[in-house]
Amino acid sequence: MKDIKETFSSPINKNNPITVQMLGICSALAVTSKLEPSIVMGIALTAVVAFSNVILSLLRNTIPNRIRIIVQLVIVAALVTIVNEILKAYAYDVSKQLSVFVGLIITNCIVMGRLEAFALGNKPWPAFVDGVGNGLGYAIILVIVGFFRELLGSGSLFGFQIIPNKIYEWGYENNGLMILPPMAMIIIACIIWIQKSKQS
Amino acid sequence: MNKENNLYTLIYASVLVILVALALTLTSDFLRPRQAKNEAFDKMRQILASLNIPTTHANVQSKYNSAIVETYCVDREGNKVEGTAFEIEVAGELRKPTEERKYPVFEALIDGNKKYVLSLYGAGLWGPIWGFISLDADKNTVYGASFGHEGETPGLGAEIETQDFAQRFQGKQIFDHQGRFKSIAIVKAGKSVQGQDYVDGISGGTITSKGVDAMLHSCMEAYVPFLTKE
Repeated sequence: MKDIKETFSSPINKNNPITVQMLGICSALAVTSKLEPSIVMGIALTAVVAFSNVILSLLRNTIPNRIRIIVQLVIVAALVTIVNEILKAYAYDVSKQLSVFVGLIITNCIVMGRLEAFALGNKPWPAFVDGVGNGLGYAIILVIVGFFRELLGSGSLFGFQIIPNKIYEWGYENNGLMILPPMAMIIIACIIWIQKSKQS
Repeated sequence: MNKENNLYTLIYASVLVILVALALTLTSDFLRPRQAKNEAFDKMRQILASLNIPTTHANVQSKYNSAIVETYCVDREGNKVEGTAFEIEVAGELRKPTEERKYPVFEALIDGNKKYVLSLYGAGLWGPIWGFISLDADKNTVYGASFGHEGETPGLGAEIETQDFAQRFQGKQIFDHQGRFKSIAIVKAGKSVQGQDYVDGISGGTITSKGVDAMLHSCMEAYVPFLTKE
């Protein structure tokens, strides 16, 4: 039981895929200019990691070692395609904003990393928990970054204006740099900084 | 059983792929109608955006029905021909021989004034770009525009999608004083061009801007016979 808890919580904080393992940075920079796509991307990745972990874990004793990676890729690609189709049907606007980045989950190192490092050697339930934990660890960082980028870059959250007009009249301006990917890098770096200084 | 022998590997791979293909087909079949509806709504939103009508997902259908009064297709000579304008994909038409091409026209009535919405399609830096441009009743002055793209660089080429860029076209004229078709040029910010109307391009999105320039010219040119017809 303790192991399961550890499996779940470790990737969220002390073994976070983005801030500690430095995986999946590319999409974290690209989709976080607004809060909503950040959340959807987080959910999409969580679903893909969790279910591919379970499927791979169920198949782990049958997979011929030589085509191990190919099998993983096929399953991940299939899941990503399904997620993409579902987004197109039920969240069309967000899927347009995410464009290629949902498809690029296939190449997200977090997914393949978890399959190789965990799912192939563990039972389905721990594999599922590990997948959800890692997905959430990724999602949390995206949401934090998305929150600050949308708030400071566009003055809004979920597309609704948060910063009152009064403050703009006093001379406040939205920071255009926040919208651009480099700022996501800097915010992620700040999160890493805070996390590291707390841990040491 | 030996998992590493060739036969097992082959069978394993085949079964896996067939199962995956089946799952994907079922998903796609099941979700297709919903996706098609979303795509149609999205197209309506873009058409309405070119008429400067903001929409939400909920009201797009009703706003479309009330604003667009007539749709039809025109051929290379500007004559009306058979076909449902809304279902015509300009991308597909451009692959046909010139004589067989159909160009969709959407007629709208805004505050009692007639507007013509024309469909555009071209190439950006990474993939296709498209758009709609609406003209006033004089079939010359631009009333509004909207652009879309598949995968232009966010923050650079992708800026063509913004309202800010589309609004630059308002009031520009596509014919010169002698009535010759000139299109609207896209130039580097601060530059100008003689003999035709122009708007500023996207800085950092030069190739996408050039794509929009070429798209405007080639697609609107195809409408010229229709636009100059009495």
